[in-house]
Amino acid sequence: MTELVAKKIAVRARDTSLLEDVSLSLRPGELVAVLGPNGAGKTTMLRVLLGQQKVVAGSATIAGTPVADLSPAERARNLAYLPQRRPLAWPNTVRDIVALGRFAHGATLGRLGPVDRAAVRAAIEACDLVHLVDRHIDNLSGGELSRVHFARVIAAQTPLLIADEPVAELDPRHQLGIAQLIRNYVNDGGGALVVLHEIGLAARIADRLIWMKNGRIVADGSPRETMTEVRLEEIYGIRSRVGPDANGIDVRIDGVI
Amino acid sequence: MRTAYLYGWLITGIVLALVAACLFGSTPMSITRVMAAILGQAPAGDVIVIWEIRLPRALAALVVGAALGISGAALQGLLRNPLAEPGVLGVTASAALAATFTLYYGLAAGSAYILPMASIVGALGATSLLAIAAMRIRSVVTLILLGVGLSSFSAALMSLLLNLAPNPFSLSDMINWLLGSVANRSYDDLKITTPLILAGMIILFVTRRGLSALTLGEEAASGIGLDLRKQRIAVVLGAGLATGAAVALAGAIGFVGIVAPHIVRPFVGYDPARSLLPSALLAGMILVLADIGVRLLPTNTELKLGVVAALIGAPAFIWIAVQRRTIND
Repeated sequence: MTELVAKKIAVRARDTSLLEDVSLSLRPGELVAVLGPNGAGKTTMLRVLLGQQKVVAGSATIAGTPVADLSPAERARNLAYLPQRRPLAWPNTVRDIVALGRFAHGATLGRLGPVDRAAVRAAIEACDLVHLVDRHIDNLSGGELSRVHFARVIAAQTPLLIADEPVAELDPRHQLGIAQLIRNYVNDGGGALVVLHEIGLAARIADRLIWMKNGRIVADGSPRETMTEVRLEEIYGIRSRVGPDANGIDVRIDGVI
Repeated sequence: MRTAYLYGWLITGIVLALVAACLFGSTPMSITRVMAAILGQAPAGDVIVIWEIRLPRALAALVVGAALGISGAALQGLLRNPLAEPGVLGVTASAALAATFTLYYGLAAGSAYILPMASIVGALGATSLLAIAAMRIRSVVTLILLGVGLSSFSAALMSLLLNLAPNPFSLSDMINWLLGSVANRSYDDLKITTPLILAGMIILFVTRRGLSALTLGEEAASGIGLDLRKQRIAVVLGAGLATGAAVALAGAIGFVGIVAPHIVRPFVGYDPARSLLPSALLAGMILVLADIGVRLLPTNTELKLGVVAALIGAPAFIWIAVQRRTIND
């Protein structure tokens, strides 16, 4: 089983500590949401897991191999990544952008083999993009574009995926749409680590929540165990009401402290 | 399929352009005379004009255009900007400066390889500087401005060399060089520079998949498995080799590398990888045609190819800058 494990990671920039004693794991079949205020070290942690950030202590491994020892293509075949900023340079077609997800499998745009073509088709169908395949991406709405990026990610057919704020800047309907796509990916056996600022959404879709503040993980557990009014106050400095509801947990934010 | 048509058109166009280049010149020759000369069944004079003067000149225009076209397309893919190009980014100017340097000090007389090597070193220096800057500078606009600055600085140093020229002969030598031309190029000139240009083009072609990946931005490109460092080094090396050798052959010719990829892109789905070869072919064809134009224009002194290229290319650059169809900076 492909498992992503981080053990006692520490990252420092000059004298400032960015991450301290960070340990976590991600297994196929679970959806883990990372919560924490801006500057808590969430993105730095993702960069460590992707082997893009040097650490001063600790290690991150995929299936037992340190990520730093994997070639970029080997890592990409095990772990897909959806960054927070997704600038597209050219007005390509939707099909070509999704096909780039097959890069680590050796795919060349315009000349996909049968396996790559099947993976691209499956991703396009899963993300409801069939009617848009030949459209150029500069003619898409923000919601459609977010589905294209997600289709690119799942076209890689990796056992694990990391997404950094996948629903930021989307309206509530499209937020739920992307959340559902992530959930489907996990139900199909994938493992997803997702940075979210939408607390209510995280409580609803995640199997496990990782709470970060000041470069440390302060809690790691199921929404029921860790989503509390006290924790929201300590992490974000907000007043809230947390209670069970039909869908799991209901979070109401009342104001700042 | 569409790509196959594109290649068909481009190759047909190049063959026609090369034949046309053999037809036109200071001595008008009829098609039958030219065809006879091409086949070697004509008076010795005709054969020499076609095979030793017009054809090598046209081939020089073709390889120079191809080198600049593919370098432009590759740099645009790497820097994710349709305005990136060896001329705009100061790569040709740096190559020309290094080459002029060897002319100024009379070093070029030592060996036929000294000027091309100096030119390539100049081009590699500029591309490396840009690639290093690209790692730190996030804004592509700033990067283009850096290239413009680099270009201006090379031009200033070049003016300094011209200013200090010891005698009118070396001055006119250098100016002729700077204006850019393929007149009077021989097979010997081609023999030295063409392998270097081809080497650069092959390097760029081999790494084309990475240019597609960079469409997603550097972070996501690395996420899908691209080795960013290797990609940068390869493009710098390939574009430096091709551009440097092209400048060694023809002097500084700008803007072809920006116009050709711009025209090609819609036909290849805006994919930087698929635009490499068509851009090379189209830019080669454009320069062959422009060089025919240079010979046909009824001017007292023959115009320099570089001058004509800039007269057409610079307005095209402005047009593209205004029309930019990018999603994101």
